[in-house]
Amino acid sequence: MGGGRLLRYVIRRLLQAIPVVLGVVVLNFLLLQLAPGDAATVLAGEAGGAPLEYIQQLRQRFGLDQPVLVQLALYIKNILVLDLGYSFRNASPVLPLILARLWPTLLLMGTTLLLSVAGGVLLGLLAAVWVRTWKDHVISFAAIIAYAMPLFWIGLMLILAFSIKLGWLPTSGMEDAAAFYEGWERVVDIAKHLVLPSITLALFYMALYARLMRATMLEQHGLDYVTTARAKGLTERQITVRHMVRNALLPVVTVAGVQIGGLLGGSVVVESVFAWPGLGQLAFQALFARDLNLLLGIFFISSCLVVAVNIVIDIVYLVLDPRIRVG
Amino acid sequence: MHSFSQRFFANPRVALSLLWLSFVVLLAIAAPIIAPGSPFAIVAKPFAPPLGDFLFGTDSLGRDLMAGLVHGARTSLLIAILATLAAVAFGTLVGAIAGFYGGFVDDILMRITEFFQTIPAFIFAIVLVAILAPSGTSLVIAIATVSWPPIARVVRGEVLTIKAREFVQAAIVAGQRDMAILFGQVLPNALSPLIVTGSLLVANAILIESALSFLGLGAPNLMSWGFQIGAGRAFLRDAWWLVTVPGIAILLTVLSINLAGEGLNDALNPRLRDL
Repeated sequence: MGGGRLLRYVIRRLLQAIPVVLGVVVLNFLLLQLAPGDAATVLAGEAGGAPLEYIQQLRQRFGLDQPVLVQLALYIKNILVLDLGYSFRNASPVLPLILARLWPTLLLMGTTLLLSVAGGVLLGLLAAVWVRTWKDHVISFAAIIAYAMPLFWIGLMLILAFSIKLGWLPTSGMEDAAAFYEGWERVVDIAKHLVLPSITLALFYMALYARLMRATMLEQHGLDYVTTARAKGLTERQITVRHMVRNALLPVVTVAGVQIGGLLGGSVVVESVFAWPGLGQLAFQALFARDLNLLLGIFFISSCLVVAVNIVIDIVYLVLDPRIRVG
Repeated sequence: MHSFSQRFFANPRVALSLLWLSFVVLLAIAAPIIAPGSPFAIVAKPFAPPLGDFLFGTDSLGRDLMAGLVHGARTSLLIAILATLAAVAFGTLVGAIAGFYGGFVDDILMRITEFFQTIPAFIFAIVLVAILAPSGTSLVIAIATVSWPPIARVVRGEVLTIKAREFVQAAIVAGQRDMAILFGQVLPNALSPLIVTGSLLVANAILIESALSFLGLGAPNLMSWGFQIGAGRAFLRDAWWLVTVPGIAILLTVLSINLAGEGLNDALNPRLRDL
């Protein structure tokens, strides 16, 4: 596939993302209308904290004395120039607050995504190879259990087992702030802190992908290309590894793309359990402070993040399956 | 060929799941009798270990954990079922109209459905509850708002295939009104996938409700399993049962609903069983 066509594809996907992003802005605006009191008091933080002049200034900026459609237009204009407002609770504009918390969340999400896809694919593959044996039953049973556990509870149980009882891993945070590690030592320290949160978040998705991978692998068994490969005299191992796994990966990648929003939602819960300093924990703090403006900002930025990651996954998909035409 | 009920109840997973679910439903209904008074009432000294005067001990304020579990079952089930019913009603309406009318209407409705599947649903639910102020009603609204898209997709798919069948064409030729055809002919035939998807949504709704309550967004005057875990998490080191026991209640309930839903699917589509 030529670079020019890929570029055109990326541009088209970006254009398709515009209505989604606009939709989130409109949704945010509607949510503000739902809140008790007018938008200015809500944006300034309900329980006070903002000076009266600021609220007046907000009323003017959002055109609250004008018709709703004008208000909507002003709101969209403000957000599209990435002016997400000011958080009085944190005494800082909202955007830098959110951006500062972005990379811990991306680190957690990225690790979780890799862990869940790799683990799920491997477990599903093994279950399919061992179909209807006790090993398959153990994997399938574990997947059903993992599928039914609340995320925050998995996190707390892992803390209970591996941090409190065994003392192997830290309970919370992203790094040991008092230790002032640098270079590799810091990387190792962050990795240690990352183990429990990423496993917590990954278990559910690993179970999902393992079940999907198993089902797809079993479906492939009867297909013509497998019979052809067998007729060519390839061993079962060669057929499984070279042919079937590649085909069975595609549905997993598709579903992984669909699940990005869920993953981000899950990270809110996991981050608040492990005090991981990301977007989720910021959302949790904003909740407690009743800082709705910050909360709406987080919702907006995380929606944009989902759209962006989806585009990246679509590109990965193209690379995995050259049959899909970019047209 | 066995009948539906034979296929459904003979499945040992389904039988066990239904046993646990009936137990939880029974507890939920009988909560005021089993644990009279408020589950928030302080009944003994804090941190009494399990299997003493109280089956599951007491929490950090001296509240009976068992009473909380029983009342929590009531809250979790009620909110999950109401939210699912609302999601099923709305999703069915959207999916049925999209599938039945097709064309431009279908395009618009499906774009909206996709939009709601793209945005991070849980964060949206958090924002909704925060803005509506935490209460039982806002939990139901928030959970329903993030749960309807799969229903709309399933119903649309079913309506598309059923619409092409002869009896629907006959009803159109006979001059029946659109709504009469949709509700009288098409939707009754889409019932079985709708029931399966709906039953799985209840499990998901329990998980969302517990997560929201855990974060402190639950209804303030209603005891719930997620709230119990949230209240106990600070004492994980010394009073592990405060977190462990309500979590197992959630796990078993969600697991049972999932297994029963899968069993329902197998029993309704016996040909798919061996896949």
